[in-house]
Amino acid sequence: MTRTRLRTALTALALLVVTGCADDRADPAATGAGNGGELTVFAAASLRESFTRLGQDFEAAQGVRVTFNFAGSSALAAQINQGAPADVFAAAAPANMATVVDAGNSDGEPVTFARNQLVIAVPRGNPDGVTALSDLTKPDAKVAVCAEQVPCGAAARKALDAAGVALTPVTLEQDVRAALNKVRLGEVDAALVYRTDVRAAADDVDGIEFPESTGAVNDYPIVVLKDADHPAAARAFVDHVNSDTGRAVLTAAGFQVP
Amino acid sequence: MAGGTARARPTPTVAPRGTRRTGRTPVALLVPAILGLLFLVLPLAGLLVRTPWATLPQRLTEPGVLTALRLSVQTATLATLLCLLLGVPLAWLLARVQFPGRQLVRALVTVPLVLPPVVGGLALLLVFGRRGLVGSWLDSTFGVTVPFTTTAVVLAQAFVAMPFLIIAVEGALRGADTRYEEAAATLGAGRWTTFTHVTLPLVAPGIAAGAVLGWARALGEFGATITFAGNYPGRTQTMPVAVYLALETDLEAAIVLSLILLTVSVVILAGLRDRWASAP
Repeated sequence: MTRTRLRTALTALALLVVTGCADDRADPAATGAGNGGELTVFAAASLRESFTRLGQDFEAAQGVRVTFNFAGSSALAAQINQGAPADVFAAAAPANMATVVDAGNSDGEPVTFARNQLVIAVPRGNPDGVTALSDLTKPDAKVAVCAEQVPCGAAARKALDAAGVALTPVTLEQDVRAALNKVRLGEVDAALVYRTDVRAAADDVDGIEFPESTGAVNDYPIVVLKDADHPAAARAFVDHVNSDTGRAVLTAAGFQVP
Repeated sequence: MAGGTARARPTPTVAPRGTRRTGRTPVALLVPAILGLLFLVLPLAGLLVRTPWATLPQRLTEPGVLTALRLSVQTATLATLLCLLLGVPLAWLLARVQFPGRQLVRALVTVPLVLPPVVGGLALLLVFGRRGLVGSWLDSTFGVTVPFTTTAVVLAQAFVAMPFLIIAVEGALRGADTRYEEAAATLGAGRWTTFTHVTLPLVAPGIAAGAVLGWARALGEFGATITFAGNYPGRTQTMPVAVYLALETDLEAAIVLSLILLTVSVVILAGLRDRWASAP
């Protein structure tokens, strides 16, 4: 009887522990913890391609392993403020960076290392012949725009206002890649996304530049975090991003560099 | 109506359930039960602790909130009806009809449970999307496109909720005494008459439980909805989608929205439970 009881209690406990562990593992923030010589970089989702490249260069040059956590900037900022172990934070918008700096979690002032501009993403070959923002207001046109709560949506709002274009999108997507995917799947005729996103999906989509986007450019700030386990390596990584090599990689990905 | 028929059935030999008590509650059951309850309820307490009570009334009256709430309740209810319409017959098929590959079909029914909802939404796009298997035909024949419409929200919710209903109803059917159905057949009732007059009343509590589960799952649906139906206020922006987007900028707003959704669902479910108080 006692043994049954004990076993039940142990099973319950084990379940609790297992659930706890599973939760930890599901949280990308926790993966960098406990790895001695590893640099953990939290970076905006739009930096995936260029930062992965830069990370490989950095590993080769410095002999420090770099792990990335790519996600929406606001989610990353929230994770950092909740104590996620990260050394460097690169955000897609100053507002998300400010959340971290205001909470006192940064070491020094952030610097702007790249800028991203909106373009109109259309299916490869531009079947509808889109040339300007105003083409998107045609009655049959289905357009995806980011929700205003995320940086690409805020930029789109600014650009549309600057152009005086009253656009009614069919959907306000949760992030820029979701908006781009709706074009790739053929569910919408166009989407407002970053030039870098179009560059990364060049096989499926074309990017149409439009003049009003210059008024809605997104600054990308980067900073070393206060609780960094490897502050020296973190500073070296930031320097690497700002170096000539870094700038070349970012430019190739479609960013503008200051 | 249906419940009345079920209650009128001859009572088995054993005394009514829940009235017999023998000794005290075993600790081996009580401890994990309490731990389980804590595990489920503590996160709710976490939300309550962070709730900005001072600004609550003001946030409640924001126009977007009510729109999203209304859309959520409407679509979840429609999705539940769709699940009942298709799921109950499917559960009956799985429980009462012998056919080759039944085990496989039973496993396939649970696919939406395993599939990450975002993938479910993508799969729906690949079928009902403008270029999808069925969607391209709908577009070329009727000029109808499903994605980004309220219909898409209902479809996404029904897709993830239906397995809950099917499993509950199939379980009820398999647990039900088939002798009543056999008696009906002996008395000359066809299979359809037996189904509507004997089987359905017999498993009504199971159907109700499945519908409640399905409705709750549909109400909380997020991943498939945002992928398949997108996000547009008043048309496809349900409460969970609104919560997710609020999280991008305003943690407190997200908590308030979550609490509203929780309160409304608990009130509705508790109300329904009273109505079905006779159900076990």
